[in-house]
Amino acid sequence: MSVPRPTIRVKRAFGMAVQGEAVVSEEGFSPRYDLDRWSGVITRPGHKLEGINIRDKILFFPTAKGGIAAGWAFYDIKAKGIAPKALIFGVTNPVMVQGAVFANLTITEGWSRDPRECLKTGDIVRVDPQAKTIELLKRANG
Amino acid sequence: MKLTAEERAMLRGKRGEPVRRALELQIEVGRFYGAKRCVPVTNVHMMGDIEVMGDGGLEHLRRLARSGARCEAAVTTNARCFDFAHAERLGQDAGEAAKERRLIGYLRQMNVMTTDTCINYQTLYQPHFGERLAWGDTGTVIWANSVCGARSNFESGPFALAAAMTRRVPEYGFHLDAHRRGTCVVEVDADPGDLAEWGALGKLVGESHQSYFAVPVFTGVRRAPTADELKHLGASLASYGSMAMYHMVGVTPEAPTLAAALGGNRPKERMRITRADIERVFRSYENPDGSCNFVVFSGPQLSLLEMKRLAELFDDRRVHAGTTVFVTTANGVLSAARALGYAQKLEAAGVTILEGVCVYILQNLTRMRAANGWANMISNSAKIVNTITAHKFNTILRRTRDCVDIACTGVFR
Repeated sequence: MSVPRPTIRVKRAFGMAVQGEAVVSEEGFSPRYDLDRWSGVITRPGHKLEGINIRDKILFFPTAKGGIAAGWAFYDIKAKGIAPKALIFGVTNPVMVQGAVFANLTITEGWSRDPRECLKTGDIVRVDPQAKTIELLKRANG
Repeated sequence: MKLTAEERAMLRGKRGEPVRRALELQIEVGRFYGAKRCVPVTNVHMMGDIEVMGDGGLEHLRRLARSGARCEAAVTTNARCFDFAHAERLGQDAGEAAKERRLIGYLRQMNVMTTDTCINYQTLYQPHFGERLAWGDTGTVIWANSVCGARSNFESGPFALAAAMTRRVPEYGFHLDAHRRGTCVVEVDADPGDLAEWGALGKLVGESHQSYFAVPVFTGVRRAPTADELKHLGASLASYGSMAMYHMVGVTPEAPTLAAALGGNRPKERMRITRADIERVFRSYENPDGSCNFVVFSGPQLSLLEMKRLAELFDDRRVHAGTTVFVTTANGVLSAARALGYAQKLEAAGVTILEGVCVYILQNLTRMRAANGWANMISNSAKIVNTITAHKFNTILRRTRDCVDIACTGVFR
């Protein structure tokens, strides 16, 4: 028998349903201060995801960092073709939400269980903003 | 969300496509936060420069301007990434400077006042109690909410612009009484003096309570703080903690008493900040190579009072050979500082005054750092000590007088 696959319920959500590869971060995120906005690679020295490319990924972050700049940043990286598919936050702020809405990127806030406990980077997940759920579709190694 | 007849007409395109799209975007964010309605705003402050918006944002502005978009509410702009008078000498990119000029043109075409200051509240507009705003730059928002008792969320560039076109914002976050109540209590047993000490206080509280919806209540402040002290405290709280509001009992308008500031909330935490805690902040910075050739007074831009004090501290002194000192301020402040002779004193000492910018957002800063061999940045601003690390600086917070001494002697202390 297969083990039931975890589903996370989120509190708030915007955007289209998407599926893709999860990147689960221990650390918060700022598109301005952590990201190389030309390559899509997280370049801030010492960031837990340093070296990871965010393009087409579903990104899980416990918190949002940074100030007002995120409002433009997502739109710019989407125009450059290096945007992630979705941003999944434990706690976020209005600037991240505004930035995602402006760029038409899926974003959610709040989670019924901590993704760091039930998901791994590389897992394939589906985010459904309408249903406010995140579903594990396939494990990274299986 | 409950929309008015006017808002429904806007969504049908009665006031044109740019307004329709602006309101549509605002409503999506309102829905996300469960806003029940929109509320009118009287003043807008937006962040928009080529460094922050990139080519994608520039193209968006070009299309908006060409489609006849026009701001109806008074709207000013935040500090930007070029002071054109210094761009070449700083080794900034000519192509990006040309884009910045086009960007400014599009904004003016849309009825935006390109004032280029992050201290609009000290130089351009003083909101009144309860006034609804759509301000960008976190330091301006935390000032408006805390010191003025006005109401604003963090509004990023595209959303400030949207609010300027629609003259409204969705009512969520700090527009609602429920989010303005204190969530934690901070007893200040430290008598902060220098601006850097107020910034250090903000760092201690912000770093340990990182949340947009955290509202610290400061008690025990033993003397009336100055506007610049509150400016540095707020900018630091917003930078380290992503916070948009604080109370200070007996000082800020929604905190005549601790009970009033909490508004019935049971504080999640009580913390005490002592003199030893503040001293520990200053001792926490390392200077691995001992260099100190880059000293910055910026983030937020300096008020006229700060310019006067710096001019006094630099009077009859010279910046040490090989050291660069940047001061940033707003056009109006610089004009007054020239009329009063403060700017000349600073320049005679070898200080570079940049207008309409902030150091940490300067275009090409990472390359500028490498080209000039600036390993460490020393500043009296806790905010910039935090934000500029994105450009791979090692940063060190020092009191204003110590910054001036370091700048003039070339000796780190």
